[in-house]
Amino acid sequence: MSDKKNTVFLILQDNDDARPIIESVEQDNPEATIQYQPGMVRMEAAGRLVVNRETVEENLGREWDVQELHLNLISLAGNVDEDDEKFELAWN
Amino acid sequence: MPAKKLNLRKRYGLLTRGMGWETTHQKMDDVFPYDSFEGIKITDWDKWEDPFRLTMDAYWKFQAEKEKKLYAVIDSFAQNNGQTNLADASYLSAIKLFITGVTPIEYAAHRGFAHLGRHFRGDGARIACQMQAIDELRHQQTQVHTISHYNKHFNGLHDPFHQFDRVWYLSVPKSFSEDALSSGPFEFITSISFAFEYVLTNLLFVPFMSGAAYNGDMATVTFGFSAQSDESRHMTLGLEIIKFMLEQHEDNLPIVQRWMDKHFWRAYRLLALVAAMQDYMLTNSPMSWKEAWDVYFVENGGALFEDLSRYGLKMPKYHELATAEADHISHQIWSVFCSLGNATGFHTFLPTEEKMAWLSEKYPDTFDQYYRPRFEYWHQQQKDGTFEFQKGLPQLCQVCQIPMVFTEVQTDPMQISYRVTEHGGDKYHFCSDGCKDIFEHEPEKYVQAWLPVHQIYQGNCGGPTLPEVLEWYKFTPEDIGNYIGSQDHARWQEWTGEDKEVKQA
Amino acid sequence: MSIEISAKSIQPVRLTYGNLEERFGGKKPSSRYQEAVYDVQPTANFQYRPLWDKDHELYDVSRTAIVMEDWYSFTDPRQFYYGTYNIARSKQQDVAEHNFAFVDKRDLLEVMPEAVKQAAREILVPLRHVEWAANMNNCQITDECYGANFSALAMFNAMDRLGMAQYVTRLGLLLDGNETTSLDAGKKAWMEAPHWQPLRHAIEDMFVLDDWFELMVAQNFVLDGLVFPLLYDRFEKKLTSEGGATIAMLTEFMDDWYKETVRWTNALAKVTAKESKDNQDRLSSWVTQWGDRLSSAIEPIATKAFGENGVNELAEVKQALLARLAKQGLAV
Repeated sequence: MSDKKNTVFLILQDNDDARPIIESVEQDNPEATIQYQPGMVRMEAAGRLVVNRETVEENLGREWDVQELHLNLISLAGNVDEDDEKFELAWN
Repeated sequence: MPAKKLNLRKRYGLLTRGMGWETTHQKMDDVFPYDSFEGIKITDWDKWEDPFRLTMDAYWKFQAEKEKKLYAVIDSFAQNNGQTNLADASYLSAIKLFITGVTPIEYAAHRGFAHLGRHFRGDGARIACQMQAIDELRHQQTQVHTISHYNKHFNGLHDPFHQFDRVWYLSVPKSFSEDALSSGPFEFITSISFAFEYVLTNLLFVPFMSGAAYNGDMATVTFGFSAQSDESRHMTLGLEIIKFMLEQHEDNLPIVQRWMDKHFWRAYRLLALVAAMQDYMLTNSPMSWKEAWDVYFVENGGALFEDLSRYGLKMPKYHELATAEADHISHQIWSVFCSLGNATGFHTFLPTEEKMAWLSEKYPDTFDQYYRPRFEYWHQQQKDGTFEFQKGLPQLCQVCQIPMVFTEVQTDPMQISYRVTEHGGDKYHFCSDGCKDIFEHEPEKYVQAWLPVHQIYQGNCGGPTLPEVLEWYKFTPEDIGNYIGSQDHARWQEWTGEDKEVKQA
Repeated sequence: MSIEISAKSIQPVRLTYGNLEERFGGKKPSSRYQEAVYDVQPTANFQYRPLWDKDHELYDVSRTAIVMEDWYSFTDPRQFYYGTYNIARSKQQDVAEHNFAFVDKRDLLEVMPEAVKQAAREILVPLRHVEWAANMNNCQITDECYGANFSALAMFNAMDRLGMAQYVTRLGLLLDGNETTSLDAGKKAWMEAPHWQPLRHAIEDMFVLDDWFELMVAQNFVLDGLVFPLLYDRFEKKLTSEGGATIAMLTEFMDDWYKETVRWTNALAKVTAKESKDNQDRLSSWVTQWGDRLSSAIEPIATKAFGENGVNELAEVKQALLARLAKQGLAV
């Protein structure tokens, strides 16, 4: 366990709203691992994980406000950097 | 032409800063009287940065959407008698402990964050605390609404708030939350937002809500996950406040470290109840306490403290002991509840063969050696009809208020861990060095503790006999005792037509 | 697993929580409002005295001179709990959002007479500081009050005030194409212009009041009872008559909000005064005292807003406020 010293993660509800976001995470964070657990999806990566608005919009086919992420968010770890373009988690 | 568009950061800045002012008719220190006595030095509140930039209009919009979804589920759960889809009715002991032990501390957090939301001098920090204050109110209310339907069909859920102020094991969460509330604002936020929410809350909500999903409790899953979206904001606030304090002045580091050590231990002790919930009360457990501890504390907490080490902050004191105890505490706490099941507002039950096999697998180093024999012995007694609940009341730790059940896991796991100190000519007893250290740093605070067992002996809890105390708690005879043979069990059998035992896997 | 269950076998064993059975009888299920707020706050066996206020318990009835036998004897006419509150505000913000977008898209402020814009800058924009203070004051009430019914409603009110401070700020930004000119000028006026100083002085004195119920009276009964009718209603009507209907579109939220919130303060005044002669006297004297102080503090703003009619407009508003509170049983 202790070898994964800088894991960041993002956990979303396992529902239809979250699917385009999960796909975007997979696309933009090839290193990330995605685990499906009862009721939720846990995405983790070493050091950094990003959700890009543009990618989500492509997957979703409509405009998407980064703050909509809050609707399905369950938990996270890492310093948060949120702006109009992205939602990023990172350990420095 | 339409006004130029402002980006999120700029817009948020304009909508949250500059509305407050430096008062001239009253001194700022009188307007904000509480944010300096703890010794935390803030040189520039404007350096406060909110990670989530929610203005009220966005807050109302998103929260209303979440609430509509949640209440749709609650309504349909009630209409369809969703309680019949549970894996087993014994599972509800976890919900009983939850609404009596956790829901009231959500309300307490609402009041505590309102205090900070008024009294921090920085505008941004105040707004962040206010949003958390109203969120916490949401959690208390949605929990009451969700569990309302269970209350209509099962015992032990009918008077959570009355019980929170009185019941022996509920003084554990009560003293935890009142410890924070009675502290200064910076200590409060270190305790609740950082030690509890950031470092440990995932251990409460994520496995527990996943556990609810695993056991057919769709109502709890829904409110739990819905609340977690707020929790993510709260956790982030916890991390921000720590970084903010440490960045503002180097003198803050030792104060923050001490609070971190104290409240980590306080919160960790509280979570011993959750450990028992997770390993024993859940009919089907998706993850053991130890596994959850390894993921959410050892691994994620490790990454967090690695990140904070650049400020000089160290892992909380006694964290190694907490990790060593992960093999033990759920078994110890559930044992104490089982032996005092005639005085708990939820039903107790012994782990089934299947459950014990699962526990052996999850706890290969401890369960068979130390805990299985005890449960097997009680099983035999129940079979023979000789099982009796314990008569006497347990001694409680002066700080965490948990009965003295923890052991010396690093040296002799069969030896009860027991510490004592003297203050003002009186002796005070503790379950651990962690709790003893907390007392010794602020003895004037912890001598005030309202220890339920002492209070019973002093005659302050309805009377000298157990039935009188239980009546004072508003525990009915149907609320307490073994699950097998209880009214809850009988109703479950009536609905399911079979099911003579606790079902666990 | 699937279970065959006849509906008959699933009868509830009780209809509501124990505290609500005691209060209302257990003959029918409770409302969500009742479940959400009644008896939630701890009342007994506190563990530790606050380090920041050693004279009181964490929750303490003696933080106000008002005495109630039961702090839950008051019912919110709106029956707000978190869910209904947010859903109500979400609808209102949807309308407000639409209005802001419409005004922006159609450049409606562009065609408004400059004098009206200037009046909005001078009178309305500084109100963001007044709302900000109201946010602090209601947060103070949430912090110090007794009972979950009270704390929940004060909390909702506090967040409303933050929201309204933000709407006023957006109005200020929109007046200048998202430049901060009006906001900066408004802040300067709030801090320095003679006509704002008596009000700022009174508000700063409110920040340090010891008794939270007195603060409730000063802020939510009296100050709101003067500012909202005078400036968000009467003054906006004046602006509308001068070609500034657009401004009213952008502050519709405030006008609707006040009409709704007055139901809360009315009901609260009524129940509290009815409880005892002491309460009635106390409330009445607070209303008189803060009514005098705040109406004279607002007078220069009224004059600035309405010219020589200002004093008269303010007197009418104050008269209406006192008449309304007298109707709730206060001796004013």
